[in-house]
Amino acid sequence: MQTLRASWFGFEKHWTWYRRNWRATVVSSFLTPVLFLLALGLGFGSQVQSTALIGGVPYLEYLAPALVVVTALQGATFESTYAIMSAFLWQKSYVGMVATPITPAQVLYGQMLWIGSQMFVRSAVFVGIAVVLGAAAGPGILVSIPVATVAALAFSAPLVAYSATLDKPDGFTTIFRFVMMPMTLFTGAFFPVSQLPDWLLPVVWLTPAWHGIELARGTTFGTLDLLPALGHLAYLTALTAAGIALGVKFFHRRLAV
Amino acid sequence: MDNLVEAKALTKHFGSFEAVRGIDVEVRRGEAFGFLGPNGAGKSSTMRMISCVSGRSGGELKVLGMDPATQGPLIRARLGVVPQLDNLDTELTVRQNLQIYGRYFGMSRQKCREKAAELLEFAQLADRADHEVEPLSGGMKRRLTIARSLVNDPELLLLDEPTTGLDPQARHLLWDRLFRLKQDGVTLIITTHYMDEAEQLCDRLVVMDGGRIAAEGSPSELINRYSTREVLELRFQPGAEKPDLERFAERVEVLPDRLLLYTQDGEATLQRVHEHGVAPVQSLVRRSSLEDVFLRLTGRTLVD
Repeated sequence: MQTLRASWFGFEKHWTWYRRNWRATVVSSFLTPVLFLLALGLGFGSQVQSTALIGGVPYLEYLAPALVVVTALQGATFESTYAIMSAFLWQKSYVGMVATPITPAQVLYGQMLWIGSQMFVRSAVFVGIAVVLGAAAGPGILVSIPVATVAALAFSAPLVAYSATLDKPDGFTTIFRFVMMPMTLFTGAFFPVSQLPDWLLPVVWLTPAWHGIELARGTTFGTLDLLPALGHLAYLTALTAAGIALGVKFFHRRLAV
Repeated sequence: MDNLVEAKALTKHFGSFEAVRGIDVEVRRGEAFGFLGPNGAGKSSTMRMISCVSGRSGGELKVLGMDPATQGPLIRARLGVVPQLDNLDTELTVRQNLQIYGRYFGMSRQKCREKAAELLEFAQLADRADHEVEPLSGGMKRRLTIARSLVNDPELLLLDEPTTGLDPQARHLLWDRLFRLKQDGVTLIITTHYMDEAEQLCDRLVVMDGGRIAAEGSPSELINRYSTREVLELRFQPGAEKPDLERFAERVEVLPDRLLLYTQDGEATLQRVHEHGVAPVQSLVRRSSLEDVFLRLTGRTLVD
């Protein structure tokens, strides 16, 4: 109870910031997905022949639930790298927080709470835009909102833990280029992973993106059975939990010395 | 309970490096207590242990009668901490910084608003209340940091190098605020490597060097015990051989650029030195300070 309360205060700090600065975040968080949906879904998609492999649905509808997940993952990547490093090293706001009754673990929980909420809101806005653009196959796409949030957290939590160990931001570029970009392009958002070489599939299965996309698309089109759905959810939850456990360790090591 | 802090044989090490090597400290309620020492003396490590952020490596420590190892959050709820480096939320306004910090202590929003308004006055930042923090001057940021540390009405205020990097005017303004706090009965613990700051603010202090306590007492006690009433400073041409003046003073310190002659009467000593045919480029007679105490105790100057 105490922990929840203390974590909430961290969330409040971010909310205070957001109320002042939300305009600046609109472009990156909302405009980019709209452009993607327009260019790839409506524009490029108009030239794509639907096949049995993508379930015979229009490409725009095929793309939409996956893009919700991919967008949340990308947003979470930024929130889990420079923002974390700044709170440790540049602005040092975490250092200020642990001088109060708040503990390093509670600082982390508040941060994750904030990242999760932001990704939830972004995903909800994205789904709203998809509906307006006629990209929603049915009400099932609403499930993509929590799914995208969980997938984003599953990537964010380990990344936040990693960011807590760094002293300079050089490693982040590597993550953007060699983890986030391939994870965006090759985990089933734009084409079925069955088109990839077999040897690559195990790597794809490790990514939170693939599990999130499978869940979001499966629930949108009602093509996913309960058992695999629970499996995907379990994997994403496990990844989040492991990331937070590591994060608690690293936050403590960093802040309580 | 009269001692807000009690440390016995307190140590802190990082790997094989011993930052604090067994210190005994007692801080009484209502006093302003100082840790004076050069950079790397172990002051900040000690402060971090007292502020219940960093665990001790050995020895005993009680803060507000409680053990930081097990009751950290409870103790921190009653402390105010002014860190060496500002960690304000620079993208929030001055007022928001105060309000949010109050929330960290679990205060109601209403209470946070009232407290913020009061502290804005105290820190003389009321006209900047709704400005962002980033463009404020160093002195203003420092005052805000101090105001923020008071948001929970702390019984014990810990200030780590509170005026480092500030211009003289900003320092005096800060000292004035700290005096007022002391008058209001807040117990202060201050680390500093400025002797004038220690003399101005501290009722009692310890001189730290190399992780140990070299001496303890009030500023005037320490000066009486370890130095003479006055000091005669003699400066010679760079590179010139410095004359041996041991017989003119109780003690002589040879610094790279000057000689310090410790004596009860500086003017008289200067006259005798002149009569002896010694012609320094420059001479200065002054009262002994904590700087001299430090030099005597460690053989080094405080600020290099």
